[in-house]
Amino acid sequence: MTRQHGLEPPGTYVFDGPTSRRGHRMNKLFMSLREEAARREFLADEAAYCARFALSGQQTEAVLRRDWQAMLDLGGSIFYIYKLAMMDGLSMQYLGGVFTGMTEAEFKAAMLAGGRTDV
Amino acid sequence: MSEVIWGLATSHVPSIGAAMDRDMTGDPVWSPLFEGYGPAREWLARNKPDVAILVYNDHANGVDMDIVPTFALGTAERYRVADEGFGRRPVPDVEGDPDFSFHLLRHLMDDGFDLTVFQELDVDHGFTVPLSVWTPEPGDAWPCPVVPIMVNVIQYPQPTAARCYALGQALGRAIAAYEGAGTVGILGTGGMSHQLAGARAGFINPEFDHMFLDAIEEDPEKLAALTREDFIREAGAEGIELIMWLVMRGAMNERVRRVHRAYHVPASNTAAGLALFDNRPEPSA
Repeated sequence: MTRQHGLEPPGTYVFDGPTSRRGHRMNKLFMSLREEAARREFLADEAAYCARFALSGQQTEAVLRRDWQAMLDLGGSIFYIYKLAMMDGLSMQYLGGVFTGMTEAEFKAAMLAGGRTDV
Repeated sequence: MSEVIWGLATSHVPSIGAAMDRDMTGDPVWSPLFEGYGPAREWLARNKPDVAILVYNDHANGVDMDIVPTFALGTAERYRVADEGFGRRPVPDVEGDPDFSFHLLRHLMDDGFDLTVFQELDVDHGFTVPLSVWTPEPGDAWPCPVVPIMVNVIQYPQPTAARCYALGQALGRAIAAYEGAGTVGILGTGGMSHQLAGARAGFINPEFDHMFLDAIEEDPEKLAALTREDFIREAGAEGIELIMWLVMRGAMNERVRRVHRAYHVPASNTAAGLALFDNRPEPSA
């Protein structure tokens, strides 16, 4: 499936239809983590939980290794990926740091300084 | 005949709600943002409408990707505050107004907007944070019943800015034709510039945001002409939420009177903006 939109600024994910198709099962897994009982089941056996949602091998590996960048590349929506990060006690600033090659503290400092206006 | 008395545009960043829920509004990082809200809150407390409409988007809490309504309207008596994975915000559930919802639905359908209907909907921070911006201490209930209008801003292709503005105009006509309420407040939420994912995460564009704050007041047609690619490029991938401000603006008169506006960077990863407009021809106290 090809991209549906005419523009993708460098370093920007546009969550389009084909991306959503690719990530659908993984995003459904993330959505399920809103429930305490689901989080317990997930943590008890993460690989089995991924299999239950029929994630691909690559998606399963990305989830198990907490490879946040790979989750984006494999069709994850940031709002859904964030459910997993929250479960791990991680913030959106932490993820921002991961995506931009900064520590969480550096990313927070960049935001407090007025945000990244030069990218 | 009902009348839109005010329009409130505001960002809906979850951490704004969290800062209020955790009593951190006096913290040096947060106090400039909340000080900026002060004059709007004081005015809104004196200008309570009979009913409000809140235009927002869900963030993987009330709906998932199985069904992605482009425009949707709630028709319930009550909307529960969603558990986003860390417990519900300690704020009241939202009382709806089914009669008003059904009226709006019929008028919008007749006017060419075929909305999805939610008979049950849990509302997330996209909804409750703007309510908290409006009313920081609601007690047991929000100031009036609120009808949700949900817009897909997450999955491309989002509706165009022009279509959002036209929906707002149709909404304005539908409100004017309603005899069940006297006064209506309308909230447009989301934005301003921000991007959460990718190497451009943390992107903020104050120049665009200030242009937007000026134009939403004086020249909304200019904003309605922007493409979704314009929004993604100039305001970041998540900055496209700003199309929801155009639904609010479309429901208001051509000329509005600015009551207050505020702009602050950052609310976590986002440029937070607020604009409050009086829609009545004669200024109110």
